[in-house]
Amino acid sequence: MSTGIKARRWLGRHALHIYGVLAFAYIFTPIAYVMVFSFNRPARSNLTWRGFTLENWTNPCNAPDVCNALGNSLKIGVASTVIATVLGTMVAFALARYRFRGRTTTNLLIFLPMATPEVVLAASLLTLFLNMRVQLGFTTIIIAHVMFSISFVVVAVKARIASLDPRLEQAAQDLYAGEFETFRRITLPLVAPGIAGAALLAFSLSFDDFIITNFVSGDVNTFPKFVYVSAGRGIPADAYVIGSAMFLLAMAIVLAAELFRWRRAKNL
Amino acid sequence: MATAEAGGDLRLSGVTKRFSAFTAVDGIDLTIAQGEFFAMLGPSGCGKTTTLRMVAGLEEPTEGSIHLGDLDVTHKKPYQRPVNTVFQNYALFPHLTIFENVAFGLRRRGVKDVKKQATDALDLVELGHLAQRKPAQLSGGQQQRIALARAVVNRPQVLLLDEPLGALDLKLRRQMQIELKRIQTEVGITFVHVTHDQEEAMTMADRVAVMNHGKIEQLGAPSDLYESPDTTFVANFLGQSNLVPGTRTGTDGGYVVIESHGQKARILQSRCVPGSDLLLGVRPEKIRIQEAGDEVPTGLNRLTGGVVVDASYLGVSTQYLVRLPWGQNLTVFSQNLGITERFRDGSAVTLAWEPDHSFGLAGDAAAGVDEEAAALAAAASAPQG
Ligand SMILES: Nc1ncnc2c1ncn2[C@@H]1O[C@H](COP(=O)(O)OP(=O)(O)OP(=O)(O)O)[C@@H](O)[C@H]1O
Ligand SMILES: [Mg+2]
Repeated sequence: MSTGIKARRWLGRHALHIYGVLAFAYIFTPIAYVMVFSFNRPARSNLTWRGFTLENWTNPCNAPDVCNALGNSLKIGVASTVIATVLGTMVAFALARYRFRGRTTTNLLIFLPMATPEVVLAASLLTLFLNMRVQLGFTTIIIAHVMFSISFVVVAVKARIASLDPRLEQAAQDLYAGEFETFRRITLPLVAPGIAGAALLAFSLSFDDFIITNFVSGDVNTFPKFVYVSAGRGIPADAYVIGSAMFLLAMAIVLAAELFRWRRAKNL
Repeated sequence: MATAEAGGDLRLSGVTKRFSAFTAVDGIDLTIAQGEFFAMLGPSGCGKTTTLRMVAGLEEPTEGSIHLGDLDVTHKKPYQRPVNTVFQNYALFPHLTIFENVAFGLRRRGVKDVKKQATDALDLVELGHLAQRKPAQLSGGQQQRIALARAVVNRPQVLLLDEPLGALDLKLRRQMQIELKRIQTEVGITFVHVTHDQEEAMTMADRVAVMNHGKIEQLGAPSDLYESPDTTFVANFLGQSNLVPGTRTGTDGGYVVIESHGQKARILQSRCVPGSDLLLGVRPEKIRIQEAGDEVPTGLNRLTGGVVVDASYLGVSTQYLVRLPWGQNLTVFSQNLGITERFRDGSAVTLAWEPDHSFGLAGDAAAGVDEEAAALAAAASAPQG
């Protein structure tokens, strides 16, 4: 057998693995870069490798304002997530369950904020706020974030409700559960994973948002805004630490959820 | 609360259900006595499930009313009725354990000894050991039994069963039938049982309703339906029937005389519909098959000139397909007593039966024929080789 054929066989067997490794490398290189540079010895900027240190991790609030901005982002994220999730879930139930005039139109309009370019939304929101003489700040950011994340919540929760077998609720009513009991014991627990997913999505959309926030935030600083502004004069390594920490936290949550599911499946 | 003594019969009066233009249930009048085991049979899509759903309160009748004793429940919510359902697709709650599924109704009603009652119900369906599992971890048949336990545990006044044994194998099915019957007689619950299994309906039910196109074709004790069907649909849907077209020529004592292709037969007047164009009906097992030329006892109906075109030995009986001179095939079941002769293909035979076993119908002779079975029979009668 010639080596050419052998090589081709080997390639045939391992093509998928190679493809997988390359794809992962593509996705994770920037993240790995962030992590590595979070251990870089601090200077005004963090663009060249100067040597390993734990200093950034032990004191991540070293750079002026970085933790202040992070705190603002977290506050805004939580507030807008709670509001968008509650409102969006209610809209989703209304759209999925009730026939009313304008339902089809609403279903379409819900997609509009997703389809509109963010800068356009941002500019028009700013115009709106200025015309109404609303003081730019926390309130305007939260209003803006709720506005663009609510569509995502509605779509995610609605999909979950649609996949629910209506006979389950009928069976509950047949078994003497009134409307509210049926909702509390059957509907809500079964839709809950969809709502949780929607909330996570809303939070990450809010935490991540730069464009709209930049327009409507006035002098409130958020983490993305901080990173963007400091990019001009050099991003401090602390921002890399915070970025890495967020990533690790997200991974930990996913792993914990998997572990929990696995344990529960095993214990049955 | 919900199971308060409303007492009495389940009465449906003129109950109709329309889905926009389509009429799924068409003016059903029905009274089911308290404690009765009532079965509903009918082809797919004839409105059985819709009828049950209206009794359960999951669907509102377009017209008509439903009473439980003196209580008008037509527009009551499902949770306000002392009625429970075993759903056609189980509808177990996927996020609750088997135990919690069964305990659900008890908890909602604020029953005290939930644990004992739910455990008893689980033991009743022999699945006590699975109490802590989730529905997705059970087989189809097990899920079905849980659905049964979840409904029965509430001891409702009326239990609606929508093909509750459909997914079980034959042995378990027979076992559950006995269990069901026992529960029903023990607790005195009214059972309304929808099934595709004729044998199940016939053996378990006090009365059977045969439905077709949203209407009740016939209602009665299983033996009445079988021995004396009112329509060709019932005659063909319940068991098999031979239907020979003929015309009424007169009466003879209490009998109607019908002539078919020059041969005369008699039908009890009470079992014959009015009109002159008739279908002479007789069940396959009522027919005696004998060699052409042999003497037929006097007083029997007979059809002569038959030729055996197929004989299938089935162990306890032999099934013959006999072609009559005008080309129609009749089915005959002959018990293998060992004293009567067995006939081969091509034998010339005469068919005879008691006049009291015939019935006279009108209409489409092929209504309600099980198409699959008919195709099989046709394949069997086709010349071999
Ligand atoms: N919600 C609905 N909207 C429109 N048509 C319906 C609806 N529910 C049932 N139907 C129609 O009503 C007819 C009767 O349905 P039903 O479920 O009562 O039949 P079934 O006798 O239970 O049949 P099967 O033996 O297959 O379960 C069917 O033709 C069905 O398509
Ligand atoms: Mg059905």
